[in-house]
Amino acid sequence: MKPEWELWAQEAKAEFPKANSALLPLLHRIQSEEHYLSEDTIRDVAVLLKLPVPYVESVASFYSLYYKNPVGKRIIHVCVGLSCALNGSDELMHHLEGKLGIQEGQTTPDGEVSLLEAECLAACNLAPVAQVNLRFVGPVTEDTADQLLTGEVKS
Amino acid sequence: MTQTFYLLRNKAVPDIDRIEVYEANQGYQALRKALKEYEPKALVEMVKASGLRGRGGAGFPTGMKWSFLPDDGRPRYLVVNSDEAEPGTFKDRELIEKNPHLLIEGMIISSYATGAREAYIYCRGEFLFGSEQLKRAVAEAYQRGYLGENILDSGFSLDIKVYRGAGAYICGEESALLESLEGKRGNPRLKPPFPAVAGLYGMPTVVNNVETICNLPPLVENGPEWYRSMGTEKSPGLKIMSVSGHVNRPGNYEIPLATPLRTLIEEYAGGVKGGRQVKAVIPGGSSVPVMTRDQLDTPLDYESILAAGSMLGSGGCIVIDDQTCMVAVSARLLKFYREESCGKCTPCREGTFWMTDVLERMEAGEGTQRDLDLIRDMADNIAGKCFCPLGDAALGVVVSAMKYFPDEFEAHVTEHTCPMGARLYDTVNH
Repeated sequence: MKPEWELWAQEAKAEFPKANSALLPLLHRIQSEEHYLSEDTIRDVAVLLKLPVPYVESVASFYSLYYKNPVGKRIIHVCVGLSCALNGSDELMHHLEGKLGIQEGQTTPDGEVSLLEAECLAACNLAPVAQVNLRFVGPVTEDTADQLLTGEVKS
Repeated sequence: MTQTFYLLRNKAVPDIDRIEVYEANQGYQALRKALKEYEPKALVEMVKASGLRGRGGAGFPTGMKWSFLPDDGRPRYLVVNSDEAEPGTFKDRELIEKNPHLLIEGMIISSYATGAREAYIYCRGEFLFGSEQLKRAVAEAYQRGYLGENILDSGFSLDIKVYRGAGAYICGEESALLESLEGKRGNPRLKPPFPAVAGLYGMPTVVNNVETICNLPPLVENGPEWYRSMGTEKSPGLKIMSVSGHVNRPGNYEIPLATPLRTLIEEYAGGVKGGRQVKAVIPGGSSVPVMTRDQLDTPLDYESILAAGSMLGSGGCIVIDDQTCMVAVSARLLKFYREESCGKCTPCREGTFWMTDVLERMEAGEGTQRDLDLIRDMADNIAGKCFCPLGDAALGVVVSAMKYFPDEFEAHVTEHTCPMGARLYDTVNH
């Protein structure tokens, strides 16, 4: 457990004091630093919020944006929803798979980039759209796809 | 064409997301008027008189929803649903990213009207920028005295909190949203009791969509007669339509209800790409049945779209051109529901899984005649047999596509290939 987590837990509880509402915000904050939620982290969060470990595990596993395993520093989500598919998202995914030498759902061996599928990102006007560390980029053409891999992104 | 915007004012006023720009453009004037000139009950009556209906998808009359709150002295909550994730729908994202103060002003008016002293915005986990915009705008509103204690010397106090989800379509269902907001898995609750009686933390709660609440400031400013001057008797007012798919100008368009579907596609969205023809339109988000080319003159209001066999839903209008395979479209949408089923109810969890499997194998040319019956049978076993509407939502497109384009489904199993050349389909496991 990192020393600052206790403070973060208190802040989350102060902002959302009722029920277990502090849980999701605290998981978000810790994951943004740790990049994923290890078994140890889940245990620590349970202690900090006085919740059973299986409960925290169960909640964390429900949501697609909490990662149980290590992910890349750069997470690329390619939207594969219908509007994006109609505008070439499958081709985009294949292009990125080829460039990175990995399959959708995987992380590059150097731990730099994860390539993930996203269900509709509510940005169909930008189809085909992607997110790099949850920042929208789109429409992505084959020419601009490389920007997803190398372009500067805010964390 | 110069349009006066009431909801998407960001299209006319750059930087309206900043409070000084918002204020310089009549921002927070409706709030002043509401607090000064109206008793809360009078505002509820005004919303009823306007005929405003929920813009999240169900189209339930907003004023009526508000009046379901029991008058029993318990604290009340307003929760705004910004968990926008219905394929084809992207209006709430534009509103929170580009015009967040409109939502906040609407929330203060709505909270005053319904007697809430605490309000929450449940923002989709993927909307990182949107949630940052909302948090910044909420902080600005506190600084200017629009939030907190004794707002504008009215005696009314309100706190707004921004809460970020973590990736789950099902949390757009209001009871699943409340579970998530309470720090739980987003499994839908059994209804009744409805949120109006036992909602957030067990208290009386109003859950409204972002766009619905954004209607409040212009409504207070201009009155219910103005609102009723647009649209129809039962579907009055304004609606944001999100247009995407095979159109030249995908985007959000603010229209008076009852504008013809053809006008939306051809005039607002610039028509179908590459000069091709419309084959099908999903008018209200991925959960509603498709409409066909000969229905393009249907007016976009709740009743007319229903009479045409579909639903206005969330207003997410996906346009599909004549070179696209409807089996592929159906398979892609079923996969979405398979991924997003929370797994609680067997018909939805298993049904969406197997329907996706069967549709994918048909598209890959490996389907059989029996698969066509299998799809109908599975649809029949999901429909109406689940806790929440997700299972039924998964069926809208596939069932209607089989009805309107039976030859296309048939050809996949008789010719053992996709007659459209599988233009859209290559991520399948077959």
